[in-house]
Amino acid sequence: MTPAISVSELTKRYGEIDAVRGIGFEVPTGETFGFLGPNGAGKSTTIKILCTLADPTSGTARVAGHDVVKERDTVRRNIGLVFQDTTLDSYLTGEQNLRFHADLYGVPKAAFAPRLRQVLEMVGLWERRGSVVATYSGGMQRRLEIARGLLHAPRVLFLDEPTVGLDPQTRDAIWEYINDLKKREDITIFLTTHYMDEAENCERIAIIDHGKIVAMDTPEALKASVGKDRVQISTADDQEAIRALADTFGIEAAMHEGRVTFSVESGEQFVPRLFAGLPVAIRSVSVSRPSLDDVFMSYTGKTIRDAEASIADRNRAVAARFGRR
Amino acid sequence: MAAHDTLERQQEQQLTEAIRVAVPERSLRHDLRAVSIVWRRELIRFRSDRLRAVTSLVQPVLFLFVLGTGLSRLAAHGMPAGIDFKTFIYPGVLAMSVLFTAIFSAASIVWDREFGFLREMLVAPVRRWAIVVGKCLGGATVATFQGIIFLALAGVAHVPYSPALLLTLVGELLLLSFTLTAFGVMLAARVKQIQAFMALTQMLVLPMFFLSGALYPLAGLPAWLTVLTRIDPLTYVVYPMRHAVFSHLSVSPATLNALSPGLTWFGWPVPIGLCLALVAAMGVALLAVAIAEFQRTE
Repeated sequence: MTPAISVSELTKRYGEIDAVRGIGFEVPTGETFGFLGPNGAGKSTTIKILCTLADPTSGTARVAGHDVVKERDTVRRNIGLVFQDTTLDSYLTGEQNLRFHADLYGVPKAAFAPRLRQVLEMVGLWERRGSVVATYSGGMQRRLEIARGLLHAPRVLFLDEPTVGLDPQTRDAIWEYINDLKKREDITIFLTTHYMDEAENCERIAIIDHGKIVAMDTPEALKASVGKDRVQISTADDQEAIRALADTFGIEAAMHEGRVTFSVESGEQFVPRLFAGLPVAIRSVSVSRPSLDDVFMSYTGKTIRDAEASIADRNRAVAARFGRR
Repeated sequence: MAAHDTLERQQEQQLTEAIRVAVPERSLRHDLRAVSIVWRRELIRFRSDRLRAVTSLVQPVLFLFVLGTGLSRLAAHGMPAGIDFKTFIYPGVLAMSVLFTAIFSAASIVWDREFGFLREMLVAPVRRWAIVVGKCLGGATVATFQGIIFLALAGVAHVPYSPALLLTLVGELLLLSFTLTAFGVMLAARVKQIQAFMALTQMLVLPMFFLSGALYPLAGLPAWLTVLTRIDPLTYVVYPMRHAVFSHLSVSPATLNALSPGLTWFGWPVPIGLCLALVAAMGVALLAVAIAEFQRTE
């Protein structure tokens, strides 16, 4: 089976800036694949190339089995796009926006009405379809864009920072819709984000920094590669517990924050064994995993916030030279 | 209750089964459908923006009634007896009534770029020409519609409501609007900020209006002005429109000659048909440039 997306040795130069420096990856059909990195790392440029909005400087990219340069129109028919910035006509109603899209994408007229209802109900906007988009909240607009991106039943859905600029509650709601969508539609999702917690929703993640992929795996594997889970327990007799951990499991534990603390691989799987093997009564357990923040840090040597600060500086310098596009 | 449950289950089922939508291969029919929806969007937006329809009328109404009435006493000495100055300037002001609307329609591309909607159009699997043509037709339709509203005031300027005349004028307005929108769209491909676009068009629109002979006859002008009026594209619409109006008035040949003299190039009278063909050719050329500009990718 051809992968939904396959990219090899892709580069993109803007003037003197190397936005993308030779990346390659494959996304199998049906996967949710995330591009994680700070703003300006090359995520949006990559998505632009995959969506046929920009030509690569070198290398190839195939989406839904078609070359993004040579078979541009075929690629476009097979992809849905939700951009970072809204691309709705706020003077039109929700339904009019979707009708416009259907006509541009050549959705068969007979299929339009049922499909309209389906995608609007999926994002909970069916009742509001007759309202002008200007009256929608930010979250509703993003949901409408997701519905529109799905209208022509694309094989690959691109989400460029789908939740940027939204409050945490709305972000969670958007993710519920996206996860729900995965159950209903046979679709591959490619998304970019610079929110670590969002990347957790992906089946696989590529961490991109300075136009290069520095790591690519499942979120679990990436975190596992960084280190062990941290387990904290409070017990009836902490000293006895520390001794028992050393004797029974060969684990070195210590007191931190008033609790018995130790590191272990696959903490969640360890907990049942702990209960079975520890002779001391356990009152509470918490297992915390290394976060993707730790992952990003271990691969790039800096936190994502540091990275964004330095890129913002670089962008300002570039903007001053070229003027705003 | 049971019926309600069944209904709910049916709906649930409908939702879980994705409705198959097979988007067909691109074809000319598909491109034409895109032209049509881009065109219709302009109409929907115009209809929902009544304020714009009203404000666009303010300027031509001011010119016709305030300037026209105010100057008519002064102009009376030069006007043949029985002809109102308002009648004379009516065709030119009619052309002006579509001038702003047509260019403003093109400005919506700049807005669309700023608000991102242009991207929605540019990533669609349709030919770019379809989007540009749809936009130009939409702008032309909206502007012509605006002109028709102003046309309703013809009687006030003593211009007869003859069907043949109205038809001719509407046709000429359509041609003018199309060319102007194409010009605006071509400009909008390059000028990416709305302020710059507005400033640029303001700078072009008024000179075009003043040089078109909308407010004075095109004969017996100083040489420099004669040259400038012949360069102005608007001249080639105002002249046929005034010719149409005066040929539907019962006036003496002398009056006609004084108020609507033929347009000449170095003494050669330019036929009406050539004037209109020139405007059409210009429209098509501008459209071609606009399409070429929108075809470029990053």
